[in-house]
Amino acid sequence: MSQVPAELKYAKSHEWARFLPDGRVEIGITDHAQQALGDLVFVEVPETGRVLEAGAACAVVESVKAASDVYAPIAGTVVEGNAELAANPELINQDCYGRGWLMRVQPASATALEALLSPEAYSAVLASAEA
Amino acid sequence: MGRKTVLHDLHVALGARMVDFGGWDMPVNYGSQIEEHHRVRREAGVFDVSHMCVVDLRGAGVRRFLSRLLANDVGKLWKSGKALYSCMLNDAGGVIDDLIVYYQGEQWWRIVVNAGTRDKDLAWMRRCASEWQVELSITERTDLAIVAVQGPQARTHVASLLEVEDREPALSLGSYEARECGLWFVARTGYTGEDGFEVMLPAEEAPSVWRALNAAGVASCGLGARDTLRLEAGMNLYGNDMDESHHPLESNLAWTVAFEPADREFVGRAALERLRAAGVPHKLVGLVLEERGVLRAHQRVIVPASGNGEDAGAGEITSGSFSPTLERSIAFARVPQTVPDVVHVDIRGKLLPARVVKLPFVRHGRILINL
Repeated sequence: MSQVPAELKYAKSHEWARFLPDGRVEIGITDHAQQALGDLVFVEVPETGRVLEAGAACAVVESVKAASDVYAPIAGTVVEGNAELAANPELINQDCYGRGWLMRVQPASATALEALLSPEAYSAVLASAEA
Repeated sequence: MGRKTVLHDLHVALGARMVDFGGWDMPVNYGSQIEEHHRVRREAGVFDVSHMCVVDLRGAGVRRFLSRLLANDVGKLWKSGKALYSCMLNDAGGVIDDLIVYYQGEQWWRIVVNAGTRDKDLAWMRRCASEWQVELSITERTDLAIVAVQGPQARTHVASLLEVEDREPALSLGSYEARECGLWFVARTGYTGEDGFEVMLPAEEAPSVWRALNAAGVASCGLGARDTLRLEAGMNLYGNDMDESHHPLESNLAWTVAFEPADREFVGRAALERLRAAGVPHKLVGLVLEERGVLRAHQRVIVPASGNGEDAGAGEITSGSFSPTLERSIAFARVPQTVPDVVHVDIRGKLLPARVVKLPFVRHGRILINL
């Protein structure tokens, strides 16, 4: 069973979002996603300043098996990409909700996270996909 | 729901991630594909390849049959116990499948073909046997499992599971040799570029053998690691690197086609001779990506126009992945015969430089190309 931390919000396409105290939002891929991909070997994070639309492809994660797009769970502007992933893409396998974060975004709207899934709702998505 | 091998429940119990592979539910990894890859290069790993199809051919006509059916020459198999890698071609020279044929005696030969091609292969063999009026029986051995134990320590681990009297003879097998050890068929073949055995054994014995290997320190390995290992070893994958519309001469498999003796008529010979005479415009080469990123099948290879102003045309990657041993991305690509040392690969719209290298990339744990 994959982990779904209670303090985060989720997108159906297996991204998570964390509301930071400074109003920014940290984004990554879920435990389910990293397990499905397997060992990650290449990560392309967006450049600082890039404007993201909700649902648009914003990063690429590649495992030994396959390349996969990451979709922006919310609209906003990229303020930082996780530079550590260039040399250490395996951080996503090891700690997808922590050191394996992909990007930090200044949300376009203060209510951006409201449209996302609760941990319970995302767990239900996983349960129905695995059934 | 795909077909399951006899080891299916054990894979699940060992925590394998199962995927569909040619209609079979197979383990892609048991946690980390890269870790499994390294275990095979450095120690030993075990793979379930029971989805592959074992076919026994018996009868007085088998040698004559295979001599005509296969592009490689079973005339090379004169000593009982020897094995040979070959393609089975159609009349146009396209590859129906690649296989290993094991010669155990004039009356008994064994062939192992790919899982995804089993039905068409069997149908083709039966049709040829009937058309050529050869006296032989073709029997699919669904009662057998196949475990591939690969890595520098693999043969020792397998030998310790054999009856005492079989150990020395098994360890004495040369490369591409096989022998029966009781109900087991032990072959010194593989698909990883490492030493090892492929063992065909009664299906019901496979789970206990797997557990015994695990207990001795042999790592369970999935098809993911099998793919990166074979890619590093420069070994083709049917369906990716060659198929019915791609012949051996443009697939780095010319070495498997025996044009000599000149009077051996095999299926596809006439077509290949015409192609050879006309000049084969493409070849399959190795690529190493010079920058970060991952080469994948079907990415476009851009070859700069040659010095005389002629456009050399484009190529295509047939298999690509990340190489755990090289810690770089590698690939096979079908490209024009004349290519410069560096080509470009279109990865999501970006053109990244890749170096053309001679295959294989890795053999017996050693890197064979300059990085």
